[in-house]
Amino acid sequence: MAESVPSLDPDLLATGIPRDIEGPVFDEPWQAQAFALTVKLNEAGLFQWSEWAEHLGAEIAAATRRGKGVGNEAYYLCWLAALEKLTAKKNLLSIEELLARKEAWRYASEHTPHGQPIELSATYK
Amino acid sequence: MSSDHKHGDPLPETVLRVKALESLLVEKGLVQTEALDALIDRYETKVGPQNGAKVIARAWTDPGFKERLLKDGSAAIAEFGFSGAQGEELVAVENTDAIHNVVVCTLCSCYPWPVLGLPPVWYKSAPYRARVVREPRAVLAEFGLDLPKEREVRVWDSTAETRYLVIPKRPEGTEKMSAEELEALVSRDSMIGVTEALSPADLKEEA
Repeated sequence: MAESVPSLDPDLLATGIPRDIEGPVFDEPWQAQAFALTVKLNEAGLFQWSEWAEHLGAEIAAATRRGKGVGNEAYYLCWLAALEKLTAKKNLLSIEELLARKEAWRYASEHTPHGQPIELSATYK
Repeated sequence: MSSDHKHGDPLPETVLRVKALESLLVEKGLVQTEALDALIDRYETKVGPQNGAKVIARAWTDPGFKERLLKDGSAAIAEFGFSGAQGEELVAVENTDAIHNVVVCTLCSCYPWPVLGLPPVWYKSAPYRARVVREPRAVLAEFGLDLPKEREVRVWDSTAETRYLVIPKRPEGTEKMSAEELEALVSRDSMIGVTEALSPADLKEEA
């Protein structure tokens, strides 16, 4: 049954993930990656869906106040922000670590010739 | 409106943020790359415009189905097992020599997800949403679609309750093609109505 859609937690589904009858759908790979990270961290017992819903809900409420649309991209931008904050709050990583690593990826992506996989160089790890 | 990613450009900010999160969490042993990939794989190829392409190809080759699709889009796509996640109604609109249909959601980005997957970035952009209503011909021209003056352009504004699917005109020279072969000609953009379906010649160029 590897190809079947995993049953998702009702608490997760209640957060309004864009989905069809088969499960969540994404328009860009980063959205699916952010989603998968969140599901796996929850499966590992690192946070509850109720905590997740609180964080995501706060991001969506804030975005709505700023007049941001409710499209898929906006939704997953909220998702990403919630994931960054929750992982920091749970001490899984720090915001400083995250910012440094992001810059390392930026540097790597700018200095990787077209057609080669982008990887972090040893000096940046 | 394809991505114009150039050599040496940094990745988009969101991509960098996700890569930072993922690489750190993997290094800390909190998640496993393989498990993430397996989860993502289940969704990435599962849905998307290929569902809509199946519906359109069937409509081109099966007049009875086309009639059902135009009469009750939701019921017709249910024949394929596709249904609206939020129970919204799907309305199919047909392009002809006299009428060209194009879809927008002026309010946000309502979109027929079950048949088209997720909306492209430009569909959600404020300029598209505002301009396609005001000056549809100019917007369509920017997509490379120059319509004859005599062809009426109808702009359909999606809502939470009603989503639209454009049935593009069947390209010329495809009379002998099977529904399966025709699917490849039905692009996502043609089902939004900003382009025509591909011709068999376009397809060869792309290959």
